[in-house]
Amino acid sequence: MTSLLPLEFLLVAMAALTLASFLCLYRISRGPTAPDRTVAIDILGTLIVGFCCVMALWTGQDFYMNIAIAWALLSFIGTIAMAKYLEGRYYDE
Amino acid sequence: MNEIAAQWIIGIGLAFNLFGTIGLVRLPDVYNRLQAATKCVTLGTCMILLGVLVGAWGGHAGITAMGAKAVLCAVFLLLTSPVAAHAIARGAYRSGVRLWEKSVVDRYGEDIHPERPPAERGEPDETPGA
Repeated sequence: MTSLLPLEFLLVAMAALTLASFLCLYRISRGPTAPDRTVAIDILGTLIVGFCCVMALWTGQDFYMNIAIAWALLSFIGTIAMAKYLEGRYYDE
Repeated sequence: MNEIAAQWIIGIGLAFNLFGTIGLVRLPDVYNRLQAATKCVTLGTCMILLGVLVGAWGGHAGITAMGAKAVLCAVFLLLTSPVAAHAIARGAYRSGVRLWEKSVVDRYGEDIHPERPPAERGEPDETPGA
C-alpha cells in the first residue's frame, strides 16, 4: 500500500479541502433561507467526492472511487428531491 | 513526469474549489451563490478527478481501474451538476426567495408572471397541494 503522490502534497490538498468544507458549513449554519442551505449541502457533497479522490491517491486503493461515484449519485438525488420540495410539487410532476 | 502533471492539475482544482466556496460565503443572495459555487466547485472537482486519472496512470498498462472510475465520476458530475443547480434555482424562485435588492433584471419573473408589476413578481404561487 503506497501513496501515488508525495505525502506532503496530499496533506496540503486535505487541508485545502477541509478549509473549503468549513466555509460550506458556515453557509449551512448561517444561511438565511432553505435554498441557501440546499446549495451549500450540494457543494459539500461535491467536495466529499474530492476527499475520496485524495484518499484514493493516498492509500493506492481504488475502492475509494466507488465511494465517490455513489456519493455523487446520492447527493444529486437528494438535491433534486429538496428542490422539488421547495417548489411545492410532487416528485412525479 | 506523471506525478508532476497530476500535482499541477490537482492544485488547480483545489484553487477552483476554494474560490467557489469563498464565493458561497461572500456573495449576497441565493442566485449569486449558486452561480459562483456550482460552476467553480464542479470544475474544480472534475480537475481533481482528472488528476487522479493522470496520477494513477500505470506505465505500460495504461489506464488503471482507479483512473477509469475517476473518468466515470467526472462525466457523471458534469452531467448532473447543471441539472441540480437549475432545479434549486427554480425551487428557490417558486418558493418566494426574492432577488437581491440591487439586481437589475428578472427575466424568469417576466416570463412566468407577465401580468404582475415588477415589485410583486417574486411572490410565491398558490399554496402547494391545494
